[in-house]
Amino acid sequence: MNAPDPLQQKKTSTWEMYRSIVGIGAFCALLIVSVYQGTAGRIAENKARFLSNAIAQVLPAVRSTVEVSLDTNGALVAATEPANLPAFLGYGEDGELVGAVITAQAMGYADNITVLYSYSFDLEAIVGFKVLETKETPGLGDKVEIEPHFLANFEALDARLNNDGTALANAIVTVKEGKKTDPWQLDGITGATITSDAIGVILNQGSSYWLPAIERDAREFQPSSGPLVE
Amino acid sequence: MALKQVSPTDEFIKGLWRDNPVFIQMLGLCPALAVSNTAINALAMGAATTFVLLMAGLSVSLLRNFIPREARIVSYICIIATFVTCVDYAIMAISIELHRALGAFIALIVVNCLILGRSEAFASKNNPGRALLDALGMGVGFTGALFFIGVMREILGSGTLFGVDMFPDGFQTWTVMVLPSGGFFAMAIWLLVVNWIRQRQADAEKKGDERAREAAS
Repeated sequence: MNAPDPLQQKKTSTWEMYRSIVGIGAFCALLIVSVYQGTAGRIAENKARFLSNAIAQVLPAVRSTVEVSLDTNGALVAATEPANLPAFLGYGEDGELVGAVITAQAMGYADNITVLYSYSFDLEAIVGFKVLETKETPGLGDKVEIEPHFLANFEALDARLNNDGTALANAIVTVKEGKKTDPWQLDGITGATITSDAIGVILNQGSSYWLPAIERDAREFQPSSGPLVE
Repeated sequence: MALKQVSPTDEFIKGLWRDNPVFIQMLGLCPALAVSNTAINALAMGAATTFVLLMAGLSVSLLRNFIPREARIVSYICIIATFVTCVDYAIMAISIELHRALGAFIALIVVNCLILGRSEAFASKNNPGRALLDALGMGVGFTGALFFIGVMREILGSGTLFGVDMFPDGFQTWTVMVLPSGGFFAMAIWLLVVNWIRQRQADAEKKGDERAREAAS
């Protein structure tokens, strides 16, 4: 009789395979869920703090906010749950409406760029801007966050509505660096053309979507009518 | 011939220089090049990778008799992915800004060949103590290499170190150094330096051996 093949002797049984894979899977699942539960509260706090810091940067006078959304008729209503790209009405210390803060997104050079910007009712202009998320090229595309002449666009970027209040009076567009002639134009950045163009697209799309409803309905809102983000 | 017994100290030290994962073994180069555009990003990625190396090494070593050979890769990947997910949550809990800066590269630690390589080549064959020392040495060596690359790229590419200006006004930064190609340039310069030092060490050892032989004869 021949001796058994040594390779056959070492073969792992099906039970051992199940035992190890299922056992490790259960251990890993338990660990992930435990860490998730342990950090979820802190992560939510950090995200809320990050967003409220960003809102305070683009609209310094704001003390409380109400997140808003558009209903099926296009009317402004208090948001019932947090949106991916939220918009807020900002209120000052005495509960007066000081502006609106809008989140918007579009494709840049490398990936989607998400920005937060503020709208002033008095000036009918965009008066604050911050990039929330970007994967643009370091040293080139990310200049939209730091280049002083580009940030100067947001001292008062014209975002007036037309006479009907249904659309922007002038589309917000990015022009080549040094070629800005009108207050609704963004002075672009040489070397970051695609990214600065994308910022123009984001602001134009975001404002076209939100501003008609915000201008029409925001003054009817009360600060206590929706959840406050502190 | 009996194998030479490796001391615990040597188990740790080998990852720092002799078997440095980045400069010698050339492992884990994707994050080494992608996230080393600033010193702080390099340190954060190094710390995250070291933690995953340690925990994966410890787990694989503890479970080495429980994991069948046929199921080892799927088991190691599952363990590594679990600790990477935990690190991802932990970084978000510490700082959203840091998490944004590291981007997708935290999740990509899962496929860092350094971690799978050490789990397969070392932790699965050694006791937990040695596996931890090996992982710590490799982690510190990896972090050090990323830090050196990050410092060079940040100083030349942004003119800063940890965000602090290093040059007077008017210094023209080498923007290419913070671009992806700058990662390759910095890596090449450090490889040149490391190999030059190693060559000098080898030459010195060779000369010492020759002198010893001459003295003996």
